[in-house]
Amino acid sequence: MLQIISPMMRIIEIPMQYAQRKFGIQRLAWIFLLPNLILFGLFAFLPVILNFVYALTGGDNVLLNARPFVGGANFDTLTACASYFDPNSCERDFFWRAIHNTILFVTLQVGFMVGFSLLTALILNRDIRARGFFRSVFFFPVLLSPVVVALIWKWILQRNGVLNAGLDAMGLETHVWLLDRTWAFAWSVFLTVWAHMGFYTLILLAGLQAIPRDVYEAALMDRASPWRAFTKITMPLLAPTMLVVLVLALIRSVQTFDEIFAFTGGGPGSATTFIIQYIYQTGFAGAPRLFGLASAASIMLAFVLVVLTGIQLWINRRNVDG
Amino acid sequence: MGRAIAFMTRTRGGRGQMDWTDWVSYGYLFLGVLLMFGPVVWLLLSSFKTEADIQRYPPTFLPYQQQTVVVDGHDSPLPLFEIIGGEHEGRTLAQLRRVGLVAQMIDPANPDERLRIDVADRQPVERFALATENYTELFERFNFLRFFFNSTFITVVATAIMLLVNSMAAFALSKYRFRGRTTVLLLVIGTLMIPQTVVLVPLFLITKELGMLNSLWGVIIPGAATPTGVFLLRQYMVTIPDEILDAARMDKASEWKIFWRIILPLSAPAIAVLAILAIMWRWNDFLWPLIVLSETDNFTLQLALNSFQGEMQTEWSNLLAMTVLTLLPIALVFMFLQKYIATGIANTGGK
Repeated sequence: MLQIISPMMRIIEIPMQYAQRKFGIQRLAWIFLLPNLILFGLFAFLPVILNFVYALTGGDNVLLNARPFVGGANFDTLTACASYFDPNSCERDFFWRAIHNTILFVTLQVGFMVGFSLLTALILNRDIRARGFFRSVFFFPVLLSPVVVALIWKWILQRNGVLNAGLDAMGLETHVWLLDRTWAFAWSVFLTVWAHMGFYTLILLAGLQAIPRDVYEAALMDRASPWRAFTKITMPLLAPTMLVVLVLALIRSVQTFDEIFAFTGGGPGSATTFIIQYIYQTGFAGAPRLFGLASAASIMLAFVLVVLTGIQLWINRRNVDG
Repeated sequence: MGRAIAFMTRTRGGRGQMDWTDWVSYGYLFLGVLLMFGPVVWLLLSSFKTEADIQRYPPTFLPYQQQTVVVDGHDSPLPLFEIIGGEHEGRTLAQLRRVGLVAQMIDPANPDERLRIDVADRQPVERFALATENYTELFERFNFLRFFFNSTFITVVATAIMLLVNSMAAFALSKYRFRGRTTVLLLVIGTLMIPQTVVLVPLFLITKELGMLNSLWGVIIPGAATPTGVFLLRQYMVTIPDEILDAARMDKASEWKIFWRIILPLSAPAIAVLAILAIMWRWNDFLWPLIVLSETDNFTLQLALNSFQGEMQTEWSNLLAMTVLTLLPIALVFMFLQKYIATGIANTGGK
């Protein structure tokens, strides 16, 4: 490794020494920042601006000079609804179905995931043998790729799969799980909880272990019941960590795409199509490629994410200051 | 032995008492082990099953294969059956061919005599065997090595670029006092608010204009700098005392030399954490490669896996083997670097 890195670093040293002589030490900082700033500029800030250009223009050409200006037409098309509670009444019913699905999915997924993560973290925080082992067991699915996660569960849930065989053996009703709208949705929630809960368990466990032991000992002296100790000590002291976990989980959950795309493809019908998949299908998968609509939908999503990330940064800052 | 049991059951400060909450806790944890590990174990076992074995319902736990026998006068090995009914009950025969509901069979010991057996009266002779051909076929029939190379190339190059670019930026932001530093820091925080998922369309255009569409570089470059990386490294580099730098400057070391001879080695723990994260991100990346790469030759493992599951609706045997090979590298990394991964992820909140 070092044999490759060393000569490379020496080569870079030559122009850097020249720059140092020319600009001086303090201004050399900008040279160090340059590659990173170019990448951020080109692939983060410029896209944000162009996103608006796309959203305000129409047509199916990706090149900007071939796109006619249409003003807010894309947003109007997306939001043209008789009732926002009924996707069928919307001009773009697929978009609104995706939004409805996403809202329901995020509510259920974040709820179950944070709930189970908290439960698991509380149990792991007890006086448990082999805590390290159990912790890794819950954590390892986090490392699996979304496609692998999807295929593992697809294999279990397939028509002649092991789950149906098990249900059969117990005399229970079997299902073609992923061809049933409700079941496909339920399994999507389950699968994402399965894959990600270990990550949040880890953060919550760290939060629990940061609570000083003597607080509990004092509570024990005062003959506080375990339940009282939990509600009056654990929960308040864990609240900041819980908030971090909740916001992080929300940010990720809203952007769910990979697992579900490989798992159900968004189906059956549009039962498991979420907002990112709508953007992907509108802009990239189907013909014509409606980049304007995809960008307009992206901007609406970005708005939600900016608010959530803002909250996250605010919490982090407060935690650091406190 | 008694001591071992006492040790195993000891809880709550060694009073040797398991109260009901302990039982519930361990019950929950073992259920968790089953639910978390079970599916992966099932995947692993299933990936060694032949296509015929995979179609079997209800499935067996371990992979089985029908035994075959080589009989004189027949080129290919013949499948063995046990006869469970009719006049030949109890014998083990090899099947020549099956015509409707009747099978033509012979006794391997007496190959000249042909017997007609009702299909319902025979049962295949099976034994535990691993269908390793599921794996070897990946290399022969499918372009597995190509996908593996693509994934590896993207992961290695992208991680290397990211480590270099991010550590340079982190160095500048932690060790220099220059006008505009706060602005740059705010810009970096700003990029945290722009996940790739919300700028897909313009990112596609820029990648296209740079001529990187349908090339591995189109996957590598757009994500090469991450705000998480800058933050993680900067937080670590801030703790390195400035005196070390001043001493090096006294010795007329150039700033670049200070960076890569002093700062980088001292930041090794943070760089290791970031490297592991980057490897994981890149190896598992899906949406952006899906948009950039459209030719099968450029597919990463994840893309190949996803497209195969559509094409090979019925060929689970190869698909499962490929799934195992895709998760293997990450599983190995995890086994060896478990501790760093856990702490790294917990500290950055990044995944």
